Amino acid sequence: MNDADIRAVALATLKSIAPEIEEAELRPERPLRQQIDLDSMDWLNFLLGLHEKLKLEIPEADYAKLVTLDDLVAYLSAKLR
Amino acid sequence: MIEFKLPSLGADMDEGKLLEWKVKPGDAVNKGQVVAIVDTSKAAVDVESWQEGTVAELIVAPGEKIPVGTVLATLLEPGEKPGAMRPAPKSAGLPPSAVPIALATPVAASAPASRRMVSPAARKHAQEHGIDIDTVPGTGPRGAVTREDVEAAVRAKPTAQPAAAPLDKSAEMRRAIAAAMARSKREIPHYYVAESIPMGTALAWLTQENAERTMAERLLPAALLLKAVAVALTRFPELNGFFRNGAFQAAAKVHVGVAISLRQGGLVAPALLDADTKPLTRLMQELTDLVKRCRAGSLRSSEMSEPTITVTNLGDQGTEAVFGVIYPPQVALIGFGRIVVRPWAENGGLKLMPAVTASLSADHRVSDGHRGALFLMALAELLQHPEELNQ
Repeated sequence: MNDADIRAVALATLKSIAPEIEEAELRPERPLRQQIDLDSMDWLNFLLGLHEKLKLEIPEADYAKLVTLDDLVAYLSAKLR
Repeated sequence: MIEFKLPSLGADMDEGKLLEWKVKPGDAVNKGQVVAIVDTSKAAVDVESWQEGTVAELIVAPGEKIPVGTVLATLLEPGEKPGAMRPAPKSAGLPPSAVPIALATPVAASAPASRRMVSPAARKHAQEHGIDIDTVPGTGPRGAVTREDVEAAVRAKPTAQPAAAPLDKSAEMRRAIAAAMARSKREIPHYYVAESIPMGTALAWLTQENAERTMAERLLPAALLLKAVAVALTRFPELNGFFRNGAFQAAAKVHVGVAISLRQGGLVAPALLDADTKPLTRLMQELTDLVKRCRAGSLRSSEMSEPTITVTNLGDQGTEAVFGVIYPPQVALIGFGRIVVRPWAENGGLKLMPAVTASLSADHRVSDGHRGALFLMALAELLQHPEELNQ
């Protein structure tokens, strides 16, 4: 799975939680939760969705590293390698 | 014969629209079974039966709008034979939507002759269409103004003044919230107290606990806060219950209403039932499920009608403090702001401490600021022993 595939999975998971988001308006280098109204429950469900789709564990200690969409893709890409 | 009536699913609900029956005549119904889906101003709600029996007759048809308290169906009690009692008449031949619920209350002999009965559905319909209800002639029982009377008045309105467009769902929800909150501020003398609660111990415990859990089983701080509120309430019954008919009724159980914002705007506050008795893992599962169903629009009537108090938690994206408006007929609301790291003086030294501002909005007719302050102190103390809340 390449970075583009991971990004597509992340966006699809995000849209299942926040259907109103416009992909074209998302800035991948900016903090995700400042661009989309995601509360802590939404964020947990988003990460759970990624866990289920990509079959990988995301330790709670790593949550703080996942700020932007780019961060997320880089993190998941490294975990999948 | 059991009359199955449309329950009130919150102070802001005066009518509902029956969307679907989940049972048919002859079906056995268990306590707690979903028997119908009713659309309220906030969401489609699965309405549960509170009694056991067999469906005798479905009185209201899907698509009908009916006021709270209308008999939707009749059930035979366990052991009762069909035909042992005649089904309840449909209010002298009038459709249920025409029955003013005020008729359920006997009119006092001393009531002024000019006092008119107006069904909630009629009043609401009049408001939506800009009709002055006092100008509408009533043709219902004892001159009551029915929804049909208002509809006739709307039709009779000059065409130069077109009827207002039907409210969309979010406008309808906003109107319902406005009505409940205006009633709250009009009727309830609120007082407010707040406390900054150190969360270092609680968060450290959560981190340790979550490290041993799978992703799906991890706990959010919200679960800990809700459990602490529920446990603290068992010691402060004057904050847990309802103010009805001029008197306070303490609730026997602690059903914590959780304010959940909806993505399309507005909010609902369904209940986590018996929150004081559940371990954190179960409370977290139920909270997750509640939020999911809330946003998918599949809440249950028991969750909507039974909160004994409400908690609003702004979470990690919110502001540092929130002071809420009590949801009548409840008598208190707890607010939590964002957990923030603050300079913290302790034992003569200064350190950094994650802390949350907890606020209490309470009804001064029922409790006083002193008790409210003691409640928050008890809440703060409980949060210093998170492991004890996991029981």
